[in-house]
This record gives sequence, structure tokens and C-alpha cells, in this order.
Amino acid sequence: MTILVFSEQDPTVHELLAKAREMAPVLGGKVIAVAYPRSPHPENFYKRGADRVILPVSPNLSTNVPLVESYAEVLFRMCKQLDPSVILIGSTKWGKEVAARLAGMLGCGCAVDCLSAALDAGKNLCVERLVLGGNATSTEQFNTFPAVVTVPPKVIPCLPEAASPGGEVEKMPFEIPAAKVVSLKVTKREVAGVKLDSAQVVVSMGRGIKAKEDIQIVLALAKALNGELGCTRPIAADLKWLPKEHWVGLSGTKVKPRVYVAVGISGQIQHIAGMRDSALIVAINKDKDAPIFKAADYGIIGDLYKVVPEVMNQLKTCK
Amino acid sequence: MVEIVVLAKATVDVQAVKIDADTNEPILKGVPMKVSDFDRNAMEEALKIKAKLGGKVRLITAGPPEAKDQMRQLIAMGAEEAYLVTDPGYSTMDYAAVCRLLAEAVKKLGKTDLVLAGEASIDQYSGQMGPRVAGALGIPSISYARKLTPEKDAIAVEREMGELVEEYRVPYPVLITVNKEMNEPRLPNMMQIIGASKKPITEWKAEALGIPAAELAPRVKLVGLKGMVMKRKNILFTDEPPAAAQKLVEALRREGVLGGGQQ
Repeated sequence: MTILVFSEQDPTVHELLAKAREMAPVLGGKVIAVAYPRSPHPENFYKRGADRVILPVSPNLSTNVPLVESYAEVLFRMCKQLDPSVILIGSTKWGKEVAARLAGMLGCGCAVDCLSAALDAGKNLCVERLVLGGNATSTEQFNTFPAVVTVPPKVIPCLPEAASPGGEVEKMPFEIPAAKVVSLKVTKREVAGVKLDSAQVVVSMGRGIKAKEDIQIVLALAKALNGELGCTRPIAADLKWLPKEHWVGLSGTKVKPRVYVAVGISGQIQHIAGMRDSALIVAINKDKDAPIFKAADYGIIGDLYKVVPEVMNQLKTCK
Repeated sequence: MVEIVVLAKATVDVQAVKIDADTNEPILKGVPMKVSDFDRNAMEEALKIKAKLGGKVRLITAGPPEAKDQMRQLIAMGAEEAYLVTDPGYSTMDYAAVCRLLAEAVKKLGKTDLVLAGEASIDQYSGQMGPRVAGALGIPSISYARKLTPEKDAIAVEREMGELVEEYRVPYPVLITVNKEMNEPRLPNMMQIIGASKKPITEWKAEALGIPAAELAPRVKLVGLKGMVMKRKNILFTDEPPAAAQKLVEALRREGVLGGGQQ
């Protein structure tokens, strides 16, 4: 019972291979890594646990802008040929799109963004994923194979590089039709230089901030604490007062600093899901019933426009 | 003329879900239902395209009969026809089964140029449905669209993938999933809401779609749900700002998190 592994990112392939190696003895089959045409070192997949590395080749397999349609088609044909039981795919936005389309073509089960995936002795595959806006973890079991499972990068620790010399990357030709989707243009977006995911202190703002210029008040607090500036979805996505790199939440960046300070944030669960792993959480909000206080270690019930300057004063005096 | 189908889901309002302190399970009974957020954006965009190029906007929802209440909100926005794909076994259906139902329902409607849906549902946040249905229908799809420029025979799509903004053009038929940035969904007025309450919603069961029951057996089953429990100190300072700020900063100093924080 073969396991197929695919991601457009080499480090993610390494991680998925570790999971595949863990499953292989239970399933009793080979681990095949499908190489992405732009993968810099597919031969290294052998050192990370692959029994075979196959590079699909087709004139219609675009590499400049990888089209989901074409890659799902190639994986579909590979599945028909190799008959895998489990297909592990890296859970990037693109990877999830490919995985879901592939599952639709195969008519098989698919679970995305799995935080764990394990086979029991009876070859039952169980996965865990976040649902209900990050409020709950669901455990799901596959009744049938093939099973398509996507796992986000950095969830599985990869195996140490084996000393084995590796092997040849096998080329496998496919005659797939040209994709109907045509890429017109790809542009690089200006990305703000924020490092939320590795920050030790994050000070975030929500809709309690009344005007764009008032961002300065929260920014000053972030600076005083040597922290990065974060925000909620409305500030980044709806009002666009800050670039999306500042957005903390389930669909923004997930953070786990030593201190997280929520200023004027009510505490929608999607936001909480993005910051609840912080070591210490502080909230400032004028609404005593705001859900953010349930997620906080320390809170001040009060108007942020009055409270934040006082906190700044206190920080100065305790120097 | 562009024939449009919007796929929408009625979900629990995740914001209203509480966790049972004894069992640590989310309490789903009695939680209000709502139209999944991004599906409203899909409907709004469908109506805009119809206003520009003409055509018909039809709504398909897969769910229990109670989902009709949420469907009426989308009908009030302007959907002209509404179809509920429902089945007694719906509650245990997985993505494979639901997407099969949706794909067969789209086929049954006849000529469709554009299928629109939200990029993910607020309860599951998988983003599976769109690409799955497209895969089952054998039509191209593009997920996470933030801007659409429809023409007579094709549509231009813009989406953001991390640091990249990608632009595509694809001829009809195509399935596109949209995000929240795309538009601001309209709020129906009282007349439209009353009008929607009288509109018929056609019900289709799996059998009517020609799908043998065995093919809808779930490939994936839910084993259990576990709530996230927050264990926090929940110490609140309610004093006037100067005193509250002083207490907070003292507490932070005690926690040892201010060290090195001062410049």
C-alpha cells in the first residue's frame, strides 16, 4: 500500500516524508515522493525517506505559474497508475487547492490542515484539525482509501538526513491536455517588514481604535515594550489601515509571544485562535463583557485612549 | 448573458458556540445558524455580474431542511431560483458526499457558465468544496479570488497568494471561490425580505439527482469534537486609568516580562 508525498516546497516534502516513513510499516508499502518541477534538490528526498522519487514531465505542466488544474491532473493520473492508499500534500494555499481538486476527481476522502495524522494497527487513518473558528479540534477517521491528507509546514519534525547516497530521480512522462486557465500576470506585493510569528512581544489593536492616525498610540506602546504591532481582521482586511502582515488570527498570522497585549480588541474567536498560545495575555477594552477578557491573564476595563497613555507613563517611571 | 450558480452553506454561528465546561465539548445544540460569511460575497458578486452582463443567478445549498431560513436571506439579496439538496443522511455526510450532491445538482440545472462560492466555510474552514466540485464536474477552478472582471465568454480573476498577486483568465464554464475582500454584500430591504419568504425553494433528494445511496457513504467520519479550553488568570483592574495602569505594569514586572523591554 503505497504512500504518495507531494509539495511545491522542498522542506515540506522532507516533513511529509517523515510522516510517510512512520506510516509505511503499518501499510506495508513504498513511499513515493512526487517531485515538483522547480524543486531545487529532489534527489535529496531519498535521504529523507523516499523509496522512489518521480518527476512528472509534460509540455503542458507549467512551471512558471503552476496551474492547479494541471498539477491535479498529473497527480490524478499518477494515482491511477500507482494506486496509493495515502496521499500526503503540503498544506499551503496552493497545495490545499490541488489536494481538494484531486480528491474531487478521485471521489475520495480528504482532510486539510491536519495537525496530526496517525494510523492504528488496524490501518485506520485518524486526523485532527481545527474547526469552529479555531474553537475546537475535530478528530476524523477515514473509512476508505485512498485518503488525501494535507499537513501544514512545520507541523511534523523531519528525519535527519540519511547518509545514503540517494538515487536517481525517475522521470515520468504524462500527456495531459493544456489547462483552460491562462496565467496573465504575476506581481510581487509590497510586504511590510513585520516579524509577528517570531516576536517576543506583540501589541495588537482592534476596532476600539477610532481613526487611522490613532494607530500611533498603539504603535508607541509596542515600541515601549520592544514589540511588534499586530491587529485584527477589520483593521487589515476591511479598513486596510495596516498591511496584512500585521493581521493576527486564524486566517492571518498565528503568534505565540511571551506577552500579547490586545488593545481595543473585542476578542472574536478567529482572533483568539491566532494568539491564544501566547505565554501571557493582556487586554485593554472599555466593554467589561468583551470576550477578550476571558482569554486574558490581566485586563484593564477602560477607554484605551485614557489607559494606554497611563500605561506608557508607568512604563517610563518603572525604568 | 452569464448563467451563474452560487453554492452557499448554512452553518452554525461559530461566534456563538460555547464549550461545555464538564465535557469539554462544544455545545452545538440551539446555536443560531447563519449563511457562511464568504458565501454572501459570492452572491453579491453574482448579482453584480448579472447586472453587467445579464443572465440568471441561481442558488444551491446542500443541507438539512432548516437551511431554508438561511437560503431566504440570499434569495432576498436577489437570487432568482433556489434549490436545496437535502437527504435524510445529511448529518453524517462528508465532503465527498456533499460535493457529489452539489456537482450533480449543478449538472441538473443545465447550462452553467460560472459557479461561485465562498473560499471556505466559517465552521470547517477547509476550502475543499470549491475545487472538489470543480474536479468532479471536470471544469477549471480558481480559489481565493479577490477581484473578478467578467466578459462575455471568459472571466479575469485576481488573487493573492502570499507575496504574489496572480492574475488569470479562464473561459466559461469555471468555478471560482471568493474571499471577503471582494465586495460588501448588500443588505436586502424589507420588501425584498418579505418577497423572499414567498419564493419557492425546490428540494432535491439524492435519489432525484440519480446518485445511488451507496456512493454517498462517508469516506471520512467525525469521531469527536474537543473544545479549546482557556486557562488564564483573568485578573481585571477596574480602577481609574492611572491606578489601573500602575497595577498592570506592576503585575507585568512581577511576571518578569518587562526585562529588556525598556529602551
